[in-house]
Amino acid sequence: MLAGMRNRFSRRTETSGDPFVDALRGALSPERVKFDGAHRSLHSHDASVFDGGNSGPVVYPETTAEVQAVVRLANDYDRNVVPRGAGTGLAGGAIPLGAPVVVAVTRMNAVLEIDPINMVAWVEPGVINLDLTKHLQPFGFHFAPDPSSQQVCTIGGNVANNSGGPHCLAYGVTNAHVVALEVVLPSGDVVMLGGLEAEPQGLDLRGVFVGSEGTLGITTRVAVRLTKNRPEVRTLLLSFATVSDAANTVSGVIAAGIVPAAMEVMDQRITQAVENYVGAGYPLDAAAVLLAEVDGLADGVDIDADRIAEIGRANGATAVRLAESDQERALLWKGRKTAFGAIAQIAPDYYLHDTVVPRSALAGVLEEIYAIADRHDLLIMNVFHAGDGNLHPLIIFDARHEGVLDRVHAAGADIITASLDAGGVLSGEHGIGVEKQQYMERMFSADDLDHQNRLRQGFDPGCRTNPGKVIPSGHSCADIQSLRAVPNEVWG
Amino acid sequence: MTDSTTSPLLVSTDPVLAEFAEDVGTSEPVAVAGGRTRWELGGALGPGTRIVTAPSGIVDYQPEEMTVRVRAGTSVAELHDELAAKGQRTGLPERGGTIGGALVVGENDYRCLGRGRLRETLLQVRYVSAEGLMVNSGGPTVKNVSGFDLPRLMVGSLGTLGLIAEVILRTNPIPAVSRWFCAAGADPGAVGEALLAPSAVLADGQQTWVELEGHGADVDEQAARLRTVGSFEVVDGPPSFPPHRWSLTPGQALEVDDAMLGDHVTIVGVGLVFASEPQPRRSIEPNIAIVSDRIKSNFDPTGRLNPGRNPAQK
Repeated sequence: MLAGMRNRFSRRTETSGDPFVDALRGALSPERVKFDGAHRSLHSHDASVFDGGNSGPVVYPETTAEVQAVVRLANDYDRNVVPRGAGTGLAGGAIPLGAPVVVAVTRMNAVLEIDPINMVAWVEPGVINLDLTKHLQPFGFHFAPDPSSQQVCTIGGNVANNSGGPHCLAYGVTNAHVVALEVVLPSGDVVMLGGLEAEPQGLDLRGVFVGSEGTLGITTRVAVRLTKNRPEVRTLLLSFATVSDAANTVSGVIAAGIVPAAMEVMDQRITQAVENYVGAGYPLDAAAVLLAEVDGLADGVDIDADRIAEIGRANGATAVRLAESDQERALLWKGRKTAFGAIAQIAPDYYLHDTVVPRSALAGVLEEIYAIADRHDLLIMNVFHAGDGNLHPLIIFDARHEGVLDRVHAAGADIITASLDAGGVLSGEHGIGVEKQQYMERMFSADDLDHQNRLRQGFDPGCRTNPGKVIPSGHSCADIQSLRAVPNEVWG
Repeated sequence: MTDSTTSPLLVSTDPVLAEFAEDVGTSEPVAVAGGRTRWELGGALGPGTRIVTAPSGIVDYQPEEMTVRVRAGTSVAELHDELAAKGQRTGLPERGGTIGGALVVGENDYRCLGRGRLRETLLQVRYVSAEGLMVNSGGPTVKNVSGFDLPRLMVGSLGTLGLIAEVILRTNPIPAVSRWFCAAGADPGAVGEALLAPSAVLADGQQTWVELEGHGADVDEQAARLRTVGSFEVVDGPPSFPPHRWSLTPGQALEVDDAMLGDHVTIVGVGLVFASEPQPRRSIEPNIAIVSDRIKSNFDPTGRLNPGRNPAQK
């Protein structure tokens, strides 16, 4: 018996040939430190189109102390660290560069406490976004950010990306819903950023940590704000003969001083794909549909829904439909939320872009985007968070066709240029990651980027946490070329 | 369209901002004076500090975008007058100060449940660095995750990292109806639970005040609910506040010790308390101080911006 135990133990602690991996196995447990080719390959990618990642060991900590131990060991052994949630990011933010240890927080997935007095819930970073909202439902609350990936993405990932979603129009993105964060700093120290008090003293380190794409440390606990469920909801589906009419309706609604809970536009190519996929009840003959939702108290939602319908008709809406039941509303939203799944029917590959433009510029920029598609001989569909001007042009293609990737990237560059020219920004919710580093200089001067880097180095002077992201090459912590190549001595 | 196109956001060509950067210069201690409403906050200004004034004026107000570009020296009152003419407002507190001052002080309007928190108001910031350079961060759109969020860092920084020249703020619509209610002896916790989204709930231990905003019919409906938890009557506005500001958790604020705070008005659900006695100095975690100090020295290596002031000692 004793001999058997010893044997089993000795098998598990077999040395990997790398003292760092052995040290990690000693600090966690051997089965939660993965170093095989399959694990490393899987964790070298995220949901983005970017290749070039190279994962070192993948660890699955279960406590803050274990995350801290991993970070301290990485410091001792002079290795980099990349945090990871569900890997649903679209900008390559979780792609490991330079064979770092990948810290997957998916086992830290407990909702720890619901505190209605302070209107927060304490959660671990691996909790899935939709699971949290389902967990809060019986208490009359929800977590407001609702990215399209909410069935799989984690709260830790939402914090890293300052995630949005359709309902962030009225309620704000993740930063507005994160009150405090327990974080393991790059030094290995554990700190609480922000706090439950009205106005935590000192610099707002919580505020800059949210959206820092995993470059400033690793989130281990989050106090998220509870949002009271609204008693009344009205969901409208407006049909239009042109995409511009839909876009003009959106800016007309905002100009009228109405901030709906959500305003989403889908063009005809998307609605047709969605209809084939889930039968959401979208009209097939409309050039675009606008899904608008208002929530709150009974009288106010009726007033706002009527005004939105009126503004839609004034902008040429060919039909206005009010969801008559919760079931009908759920189906309309199912269509929106499964839009990207529906695309798989049309072509094997897609590249989803993410820029923001002023709402009054929506119609013009959309026209330009369709022209860009024609110019590069590509199919582009549009499904987007119209209410806050957040465009999501979706380029559909088949990567097996020769030369198509070059055209896809060229079209992407043109979309970014068109958005910036209209007074917009590089990203509304997907982040910069590795995808848009090269474009940062179009939006920021060298001095602007230098200051962003000063913040980053304030947290991570050794550039050890998720290096090679956000800030373009030429600034420290961003030397991508050397990170893309795996150093010879490390897990070659 | 060519690849060499640069964004119109990139560099400010406003000579007024360039002049401010020149005023700030590249050496010697310097600070900006706004309305001096919270001048002593975070420590006394070091001796010999040169005082400059930020430029003022509303540069570009786009009501249909719900954003406004405004120079930092503009008074909050002037901005709010201009916005009100188009039925809008911001989350900045109105107490006689400037936009830049309100942002670097970082204190919320006591009605922040209805108007939004100050830190969520700032979309883009142009500031003069310790080296005298004009630095830009954030963006003009209401949604933006392009790069590190330096606007968050500037809010509440007491001007220790850069001196704000111009900002773009988020505006929001003024509701059709705003109405104050007051009742003696109503339980503030029960009030909060009864209502969907009050703009403010205040309590002083004897009386409870509530501000309801929205469409008229919605305000009537919420007022009816309010009357199920107390004999609420319509009043002109909130009570006057004692001078000292306490920052507590919402839970702590409901159970404050009268002996420590003296007369007080609690902002229920926020954790803010206005009291006749000052809040004892709060401590900051040493490991947070290390990061904050490193950020400060990265942004202002010679310590010339607002010397003597420390956001951790607010």
